[in-house]
Amino acid sequence: MSAPKIIVVGGGLAGLMATIRVAEANVPVDLFSIVPVKRSHSVCAQGGINAAKNLKGEGDSTFKHFDDTIYGGDFLANQPLVKSMCEAAPSIIDLLDRMGVMFNRTPEGLLDFRRFGGTLYHRTAFAGATTGQQLLYALDEQVRRHESEGRVKKYEGWTFLSAVLDDGGVCRGICAMDLKTMEIKTFPCDAAIFCTGGIGSIFGRSTNSVVCTGSAQSALFQQGAYYANGEFIQVHPTAIPGEDKNRLMSESARGEGGRVWVPKTPQDPRPPRTIPENERFYFLEEWYPKYGNLVPRDVATRAIHKIVYEMKMGLAGDPAVYLDVTHIPRETLERKLEGILEIYQKFVGVDPHVEPMKVFPAMHYTMGGLWVDNENQATNLPGVFAAGECEYQYHGANRLGANSLVSCIFGGGIAGPAAVRYAKGLESRYENTSAAVYERERVRQQDISDTLLNAHTGTENPMTIWRELGDVMTENVTVIRYNANLQKTLVKLDELSDRFTRVNVQDRTQWSNQSLNFVRELGNMLVLAKVITMGALARNETRGAHYKPEFPNRDDANWLKTTIARYNGGDIQLAYEAVDISQLPLRERKYTAAK
Amino acid sequence: MADKTFIVKIKRQQRPDEAVRWEEFELRWRPHMNVIICLRDIAERPFTREGKESSAVSYEANCLEEVCGACAMVINGKPRQACTALVDDLEKPIRLEPLTKFPLIRDLQVDRSKMFDDLKRTKCWIPIDGTYDIGPGPRMAPEKQEEAYPLSRCITCGNCLEICPKVNADDQFVGAAIVSQVRLFNMHPTGAMHSAARLDALMGPGGIEDCDNAQNCVKICPKGIPLTESLASVNGQVLRHAIKSFFTAPKTIGSAAPEG
Repeated sequence: MSAPKIIVVGGGLAGLMATIRVAEANVPVDLFSIVPVKRSHSVCAQGGINAAKNLKGEGDSTFKHFDDTIYGGDFLANQPLVKSMCEAAPSIIDLLDRMGVMFNRTPEGLLDFRRFGGTLYHRTAFAGATTGQQLLYALDEQVRRHESEGRVKKYEGWTFLSAVLDDGGVCRGICAMDLKTMEIKTFPCDAAIFCTGGIGSIFGRSTNSVVCTGSAQSALFQQGAYYANGEFIQVHPTAIPGEDKNRLMSESARGEGGRVWVPKTPQDPRPPRTIPENERFYFLEEWYPKYGNLVPRDVATRAIHKIVYEMKMGLAGDPAVYLDVTHIPRETLERKLEGILEIYQKFVGVDPHVEPMKVFPAMHYTMGGLWVDNENQATNLPGVFAAGECEYQYHGANRLGANSLVSCIFGGGIAGPAAVRYAKGLESRYENTSAAVYERERVRQQDISDTLLNAHTGTENPMTIWRELGDVMTENVTVIRYNANLQKTLVKLDELSDRFTRVNVQDRTQWSNQSLNFVRELGNMLVLAKVITMGALARNETRGAHYKPEFPNRDDANWLKTTIARYNGGDIQLAYEAVDISQLPLRERKYTAAK
Repeated sequence: MADKTFIVKIKRQQRPDEAVRWEEFELRWRPHMNVIICLRDIAERPFTREGKESSAVSYEANCLEEVCGACAMVINGKPRQACTALVDDLEKPIRLEPLTKFPLIRDLQVDRSKMFDDLKRTKCWIPIDGTYDIGPGPRMAPEKQEEAYPLSRCITCGNCLEICPKVNADDQFVGAAIVSQVRLFNMHPTGAMHSAARLDALMGPGGIEDCDNAQNCVKICPKGIPLTESLASVNGQVLRHAIKSFFTAPKTIGSAAPEG
């Protein structure tokens, strides 16, 4: 039989790694991406990538990395694959090093490692403060090589609309739209791997890129894919608030010694530099003496919220605290943090080498995502695989900093070969699938676009709906969650979904119609927003990033389980699945002392 | 008190073969606005200054923190990233135009695939044996990493091509960004083993010799990459390679020879 055909959707780290592994198996692969893959959101990852290489004589081990990850995720992650990921991490670093990633070096010419949140070890390899960019480029270059040798065909500037499922519910291809010509077309394959990243856009302003809408995951969900742990949303403690997006100020700033503080006197009018040391409140160091500024993100974020909203100690009464690196030697800052300090300087117009940065938490990452099995990154839809941020497997209730890059590469590395194995094992390949199956899906998608373009009477502006969606989700479904507010959010989401039926695309052209694409994404965002909110409302406990003051403790008896959302003819239903805790015993998670 | 407003003038073209028109939008000023926020304001209220109904402006954007390279356009006559173009720092009215050295798609959106094709043609990658676990990469002195790292921050935005007098309809210089990537890969211990193929690709028309040394590129680069150093370094490498090839190899100068 001829070689099977694999499609990868998404060209960030996970998608590129999956592509490389498929190409390496000499199986042709079509790679779809909304943006040129080199512009994918992985470029925004700053601080580094975790691997317990133990090059600092600290006695670090992959087991400790595993333990930190499970503990940091508040025991919600299934343990076996997390263990495998931590064991594979050192070899992943070696691979990236061989690909030419310009990691920072020690005087001996070895890789340098820095500290990150949720661990006491120097475990994070880094390339300045643009590690994600460097990693993405390295994989992009390898894919370009495979492309030039004919194993990869790229479809950049195409957006995924839906999977083509045959009558047995088996994936036989995808349906996608060319963002230039607006043509809707189906592409056959034997297996499709989704690496479609984050969902930040559902929260309006986040640290995510524009393309991180979760639209692809939502489309698959509406076709029957399970969505797991949607309620677990990471809010990063340190970002620069902005109207278009919140810009991340990497945890590596604290990993290199940066300190978070507010003046002890609320609304202290003095410039920060003139406030003496003993009049500053280094609240993370005081509250968490062992981990200090490097507590996990959910812990740091709640602490900042407490300072600002309960203790009313935000800077000048505003929602902001200082992130201070001014005491770190300029030479160190330039060598290790230049990328992020440059962002602060350019967007705020203040030099962070001499003036403490003003930061506030921002939605950053989804721990939840498409449900995948415990072995192959396979979703419940036959022939559909997922890797990277769009799936739920590796981070439990809270992701540790610098674990996302490793999970992308590890997951993508599994998904590629697994998809090839699956495809080769198929009794009947896509060639035997009837043309009617493809045409049916193409027509369904074409109808959606046509209906939107022909709805001249629409009264609702899509940007307005999106802004209201982001506002309500950020207010009620991020750091602190109350059931009454979550219920109100569901009512609001229903209202927005109703208004969405009267949306006006305005632009009716058939050429690079970005409005049409945005409206289609928005429809999918509204569905996923509901999944997230329903999951949060149901889960009456506090675990990792999911914090309910009315239920302040972790409740293993009732809630040590994975949320699984299913879509059933327009209805969203929640079910639950046991967590695999076969490797590590449950312990209370607290960062006030060493574990 | 009435809101403070300002004017944004945008060069629009619905398709490459349709007429150009300029539209003016009056926007409400808020603190910390950038050009991206202006374009989103227009999308939410797509009416021109004269009250005529228009449509959202097409443009490319993704990360909004100047690391993905997508949102390059010509702002007040200067090619730059829209995300870091802060309204308060710009002369008003603000004029937005697409990059001119790349095929137009629509409005402020252009097709920069030429740059990615050139990265392919110049073999800008490290040819690893495979993704198998075969141990660490080569050791590298910190000084060497510090020299290479700035080059690896190139975001393929195309601003250096836009500003270059040798990139035009008649003269297809590959551009400083690509040359600088060749320098980066030729610096890497493994990449250096295959430098000849990259240098071959930079010979002949459109290659390094087309550089006129105008030095605009280094001034416009949003990431502060030492592009003129890269041009000088690669120029030297190409000259040495050409002389060496002339005396040693039967290759034809100017052809993209396969890796040997």
